[in-house]
Amino acid sequence: MIFFLIIGFSIVANDTPNDAGGSILITTYNIPEGTQKIELYRLAKGDTIYEEAGLIPPRGECEDVSVVDGVEYLYRVRAITEDTFYVAETKEFISSSPQWFNRTRITVLLFFILFGGVVLVYIELAKKNPKGLFIRKLPALDAIDEAVGRSTEMGKPVLFVPGLEGITDAGTLASITILEKVGKRVAEYGSRVIHPNFDPIVMTTAQETLKTAFSEAGRPDAFNKDDVFYLTYEQFGFAAGVDGIMLREKPGAIFLQGYFYAESLILAETGYSIGAIQIAGTNATTQLPFFVAACDYVLLGEEMFAASAYISREPRLLGSIKGSDLAKLAILCLIGAGVIFGTFAVIANNAGNPSYLGIFNRVLDFIARGNG
Amino acid sequence: MSISTSIWIWIAALLTLMIYSFLYKDNPFYRLAEHIFMGLSLGYTLVILWYDYIIPRIYQPLFFSPHQWSLIFPILLGMMTFGIFSKKYNWLIKYPLAFYVSAFAAIQIPVMLRSWILKQVEASFLTPDKFSSVFNSINAILIFVGLVTTLIYFYFSKKREHGFGAAATVGIVFIMVAFGAAFGYTVMARISLLIGRMQFLIQDWLGIM
Repeated sequence: MIFFLIIGFSIVANDTPNDAGGSILITTYNIPEGTQKIELYRLAKGDTIYEEAGLIPPRGECEDVSVVDGVEYLYRVRAITEDTFYVAETKEFISSSPQWFNRTRITVLLFFILFGGVVLVYIELAKKNPKGLFIRKLPALDAIDEAVGRSTEMGKPVLFVPGLEGITDAGTLASITILEKVGKRVAEYGSRVIHPNFDPIVMTTAQETLKTAFSEAGRPDAFNKDDVFYLTYEQFGFAAGVDGIMLREKPGAIFLQGYFYAESLILAETGYSIGAIQIAGTNATTQLPFFVAACDYVLLGEEMFAASAYISREPRLLGSIKGSDLAKLAILCLIGAGVIFGTFAVIANNAGNPSYLGIFNRVLDFIARGNG
Repeated sequence: MSISTSIWIWIAALLTLMIYSFLYKDNPFYRLAEHIFMGLSLGYTLVILWYDYIIPRIYQPLFFSPHQWSLIFPILLGMMTFGIFSKKYNWLIKYPLAFYVSAFAAIQIPVMLRSWILKQVEASFLTPDKFSSVFNSINAILIFVGLVTTLIYFYFSKKREHGFGAAATVGIVFIMVAFGAAFGYTVMARISLLIGRMQFLIQDWLGIM
């Protein structure tokens, strides 16, 4: 916007673009040689004295995030050298404001519309003909019946742990669908399911889910609400509690389904030590290795969501899985096309034609940052 | 050797030993430590919620100037959760749940799309700088093959037959190699936690080292 004098040292202040407000972008130009620090001062409209607003880093650019939207400011900077200082200031008032649209996220919007549209189309297709959409069956799903059956034969209960995340986590939601299937089998076989919880809302949801599952299996009387209970909101307190339940109740089958953290191996190892069949599933990629090492069956990441769609045949879940499959295919094609075009661009560049490499780099920039 | 005289260090050390006794088998000492841990953590969480959330975010803005009356709406929404305790009004919980899940999804989708998909796609492109040396070239090709075959492994709309099945098998090999590396890395981190605990017992409690 506006700048000021001495030896070309100048300052420009603009409302920070693509933000939620509360920020003004300050840029200084021609910083004098030998500058040790650049002090920033700010004058709000109606005030008479400039107030300190911090220091500008050596690269000469910073955001003043202590401004109030709608209030107009003038800025002044002081570049201090060993023996003197230089001043530059803005001459027009500037104010910050939020932007409705973040232009750097255009690619996100494009992909969202594209993939969201595909998912919606598949949901509609699934509503019309749920059996028409093929989803590969996962071995762990067959194991659910086997595990519950074996547990019942041994006269032992089933333990279901829904992870340590809230109901907003996709893994927790998928675990609730799997719980419904487990609950139905438990009710049919006349067994018992123990469901300790880390999150109170998940506990409520699990209670309702199991109640429905027992009712659908024709055994509403067999459902014991007290078997779905709250433990604690502390990670290792929860792990210690579940370990204790494993040792005292000696379940025949253990389901570790949901989002887990560092307690995953503690739980899986204890389950292994009591000889239970363990079927794990998590979208926490960092914890998958431990489940793979200590459990009999594991649903790896997205397999959990596919499993819940397969079990429920719910159109929205089926549509999401089919949509994400198509997205994977599109990404594979995009990467493949990128590899071919990138190689061609490098060959052309080596032959003295840099224009294709420029296009390639712009496409990359557009995908990553919405520029290009 | 100078054994600690601090009561708190003694309590911490004894509780540590009680928890470790689980390595032998379940016993009353472990159970005692387990219940103390759970009870304390629950109480601690309650105190944190009270002082960090209810007092500064609900009580003070509502009852002290400047009053933030708009807070009444989210508070009412939150209060609906307690409907679960009533047979007549337990349907009320659906509203805060729906709001919570949908708002979270709306916030998360752009973030996840950007960081988990677009950034990853960009990083997966084989650009010229990834072939700067023989080692880098092999690395780039391995990552590319790993990415493609892993994506095929997680493709659910097709039966695993013929070439597709073979690609999925290669994918699971890559996944297992990654899991093995992650497992080893984490075990190392856990060993350092054990060392920390042992140092506490030997140095702070027994004063041997």
